[in-house]
Amino acid sequence: MAQVSSISNEKSPTAKSITLKISRFNPEHDESSQFMEFNVKYEKWTTVLEAILDVKQHFDHSVAVRYSCRQATCGSCGMIINGKPRLACFTKISELDSNVVTVEPMNNFPVIRDLAVKFEKLFDSHQKIKPYLIRDDTELVSDEKEFLQTPEEVEQYIQFANCIKCGLCNSACPTMATDSSFVGPQALAQAYRYVADSRDKGKDSRLKIIDDSHGIWRCHFAGSCSQVCPKGVDPAMGIQLLRGYMLGFRS
Amino acid sequence: MRESTIMKIHYGTALAAVALVAVHILMRLTMGYAESLEYENVLANYKFVPYAIMLELILVLLAVHGFNGLRVILLELKQGRLYEKAVSYGCLVAMIGLIAYGSRTIIMTNMGMV
Repeated sequence: MAQVSSISNEKSPTAKSITLKISRFNPEHDESSQFMEFNVKYEKWTTVLEAILDVKQHFDHSVAVRYSCRQATCGSCGMIINGKPRLACFTKISELDSNVVTVEPMNNFPVIRDLAVKFEKLFDSHQKIKPYLIRDDTELVSDEKEFLQTPEEVEQYIQFANCIKCGLCNSACPTMATDSSFVGPQALAQAYRYVADSRDKGKDSRLKIIDDSHGIWRCHFAGSCSQVCPKGVDPAMGIQLLRGYMLGFRS
Repeated sequence: MRESTIMKIHYGTALAAVALVAVHILMRLTMGYAESLEYENVLANYKFVPYAIMLELILVLLAVHGFNGLRVILLELKQGRLYEKAVSYGCLVAMIGLIAYGSRTIIMTNMGMV
């Protein structure tokens, strides 16, 4: 399946070129994945996603890739780029500092086709930890009631609210590679986000959910999740803080 | 038992085992190291009741910590309802078996049956 193609249309004179290696795999009829190679021209600002879309436009429209916002907000285009989980729309080819750019589907996710993976388990785990404020009253019904927070209280959880559910942390997690039932750093970080929120009253029920034989205790604190997060969330820290609640160091 | 309770026991046994094993090693320094491991001296340790109790505690702490660690490793290696039950109960039985066998050795030696 490997082939080398190059885009014929000339771009600006400042454009350089790289070899883009795209992993191709269709579970319906392929036994293993194979790489297809393309010569792609790029500018200083060209992202990996734009290079893949160039390939789709000029050579092979059947390359499967999921994308939407192109600005690191929707979390759709996560993939392994030169061996590291990254967002394709947030990774410039020029910053990779390599003549060969390899793109593969994210680890620890079932592949739908080529670079597109199934997100069901990620969303199921996310849903399982009840990612919403739990309390009996609501600020929507009462006339003058607001759930006020001090800046210090917001500071406790705000970085975890930046999660875009791209799955890069789960892809980088070494525990997820062997334990298919592990709840994962994304869901655990979100559990912390709500447990640490002063407006939330569902701490006990949430801690009960993650206190499982494949829950929070299976994290080895490798820290890979925090290294790859494109939004600066630190799931490894969230997991340790959550453990503090479970061990009675925090209340 | 809840996983958090198991892990509290896991961490607690690790800390206690480090402390007691340190005492156990330091006791080797009361005389020459090689001399302290001679047959008669080892028997004397077992016959000294406070020391025998400490050895029993070390045995229990390390067995609980070690077999729970093994359980965790095996649970991460493979998943499945039946497999996980077999691993959990298997480790529990092995832990009890090891403690029983070790305790038998300590008690028999302490009572001069060896």
